[in-house]
Amino acid sequence: MMSNHGSRALLAGESRRFVRFILSELKPKGKLLTPFNMIAAVILSVAAVLLTIRFARGLSSTTNLSQDFPWGIWIGFDVITGVAFAGGAYVITFMVYVLKLEQYRPIVRITVLNGLLAYVFYAGALLFDLGRPWNVINPIIGNSFGVSSVMFLVAWHFMLYMITEFIEFSPAVAEWLGWKRVRKILASLTLGAVIFGITLSTLHQSGLGALFLMAKTKIHPLWYSEFMPILFFVSSIFAGLSMVIMEGSISQRVFRNQITPHHRASHRGIVLGLARVCAGTMYVYFFLHVLVFVHGQHWTYIPTPMGYWYLVEMIVFVLIPVRLYTQAVRFENIPLIRTASILTLIGIVLNRLNVSVIAFKWYAPDHYVPSWMEIEITLAIIVAEVIVLRWIVNRMPILRGLTEWPADGKALTLVTREEQRQWTTSM
Amino acid sequence: MNRRTFARTLGAAGVSLLPMHLARGEGEGARTEFVGVLVDTTRCVGCRSCEFACAEAHGFPPPDPDERVIEKERAPTVTQWSIVNQYSTDRGPVSIKKQCMHCNQPACASACLTKAMLKTEEGPVIWREPKCMGCRFCMVSCPFDIPKFEYDSPVPKIQKCTLCWERLQEGRIPACVEACPADALAFGKRADLIKEAYRRISSSPDQYVYHVYGEHEAGGTGYLYLAGVPFEQLGFPPGVERIAYPEFSKDYLYAVPIVLTLWPAFLLALSNATKKETEPSDYEMGHDE
Repeated sequence: MMSNHGSRALLAGESRRFVRFILSELKPKGKLLTPFNMIAAVILSVAAVLLTIRFARGLSSTTNLSQDFPWGIWIGFDVITGVAFAGGAYVITFMVYVLKLEQYRPIVRITVLNGLLAYVFYAGALLFDLGRPWNVINPIIGNSFGVSSVMFLVAWHFMLYMITEFIEFSPAVAEWLGWKRVRKILASLTLGAVIFGITLSTLHQSGLGALFLMAKTKIHPLWYSEFMPILFFVSSIFAGLSMVIMEGSISQRVFRNQITPHHRASHRGIVLGLARVCAGTMYVYFFLHVLVFVHGQHWTYIPTPMGYWYLVEMIVFVLIPVRLYTQAVRFENIPLIRTASILTLIGIVLNRLNVSVIAFKWYAPDHYVPSWMEIEITLAIIVAEVIVLRWIVNRMPILRGLTEWPADGKALTLVTREEQRQWTTSM
Repeated sequence: MNRRTFARTLGAAGVSLLPMHLARGEGEGARTEFVGVLVDTTRCVGCRSCEFACAEAHGFPPPDPDERVIEKERAPTVTQWSIVNQYSTDRGPVSIKKQCMHCNQPACASACLTKAMLKTEEGPVIWREPKCMGCRFCMVSCPFDIPKFEYDSPVPKIQKCTLCWERLQEGRIPACVEACPADALAFGKRADLIKEAYRRISSSPDQYVYHVYGEHEAGGTGYLYLAGVPFEQLGFPPGVERIAYPEFSKDYLYAVPIVLTLWPAFLLALSNATKKETEPSDYEMGHDE
């Protein structure tokens, strides 16, 4: 009886401490009134108002969508481009957990976290675009399985992939909470989650391209091809890695207090290695495009406005960055790699928007152009993601790696205060 | 049997077939021939009686009574499932009714992840409100741009012709067919309509082009069209393929189970193959020991 009583008291004490710990972690660290925070507050408040209007009055109140253009930038940019940018997570986990390329391990957690948040926010933004979002669970439950739909596959894969990415990320959460035993169990699930995650990514990255296969007469022939799924998949590899390179160069500055000297020293080698993979896959991607172009006998489309636009995408945003990557790797020029990664990312935005929005019904006299409100809400989604990312990176062992476990439960709060002093960033 | 009574008989045959089919047990194998409508544009006088009948049958506000609206090309809207356009052609002005084509294998239904858009076994393609999540993939996929979305509503619906699915179940024919004073519309089994279409072509070859639009377009449609001029002149979207649209994503969907079963096996094998003799001092794992 006594021991039962004692354990209950212990449990009560533990849960009290847990709540206190969470509450203390919820508080912002560092200064609140930074320029970024103030701009972010404005963007988020405006978005909140606009979204209220959108759900009260329907999609026409905030978007320029029409019967001819059912999908705008909330799908074409937020979801389709956002998911391509999140491709780094499956590539990096493949390199580290399957190929055992240990030198990339320092960036696994930040990349997986970025991927997870990208799915939560950008795929989550889909809810703003859905006309009847309360039915979003229909493809998951009940007898509403539209198994012949590519969208069905994409929806299921988004959901499953968010779960696998959370499992991949969960050891960091356990370390943050000081749950040693839980962490051990979660860490043992990692390889399984990684393998499942790569499989899911292969399918839904290509699936986003497959969404447009039935829109054959509506997408300009320079962008439509039966190889769209493969092109989307291959480009997600270097899109994801270019994002990792760019995010890495930002994190090195913004979160410099978090980064261990060991990590900083390895950063250069990591960036060079990733740039090499980018260059290789981009050559493959370019070659595939050339094949599709020649095979489809598309020469006649080149001397048209859409043809010039196609050349801009292929030359300025594929051929030039792949050339820059190659040169930069040869001369180990890190700033040049950053330039290449930015050009590559712009190229991916262009490609995804071309397929889903710009070259979609290119012949229409009143072509869709996003409203300022659609752009504002897109910005708000990005800002919200950055804030959550910053909150997590400043609290959980993402970039720094956990040096030692707190000796016992009490140490948790001590470590937190210690952290507050050491790792204060702008928040 | 004159033309009018013929069309009526055809319609009656089509309708009588429905309860028969509905009474039939599941899994009998043989699929019933879909029902459809044959539109003979050489008979259409552009009176828009079908438009008014459609609005009345589905509780929409009556369309603009101005007779000149048909001169400007229109598309169906959220409150007008069926519209009549007039095109100037080689043979002068030709009026033609446009609405959902009720494809044999509809792109919209195969695009729908919740089966809200459904090809019924009798032929009409219908939309079921409780299932739809409003993703508008049906609109992206439809080669005829038929499904319309209520952008102005916080509880939006997809609006499109249902071939009067409710009326069919009551044993009645579609409102537009019933309302047509010129006998330009005929309701019936699709196979019968195609036979009838070719009978009309062969009996007056000068009057028609030798083409039943919808026999093969998009893999075959429930609505079938006869015309005296090439169909490109009647506002049909250019480039509509003669195969069913779900075929375009079929190859991809067939590859899915292959990737889903082979990838994990390959990746696991690869992971085992790269395993080092002594596990490296794990960046993460090292902390627990």
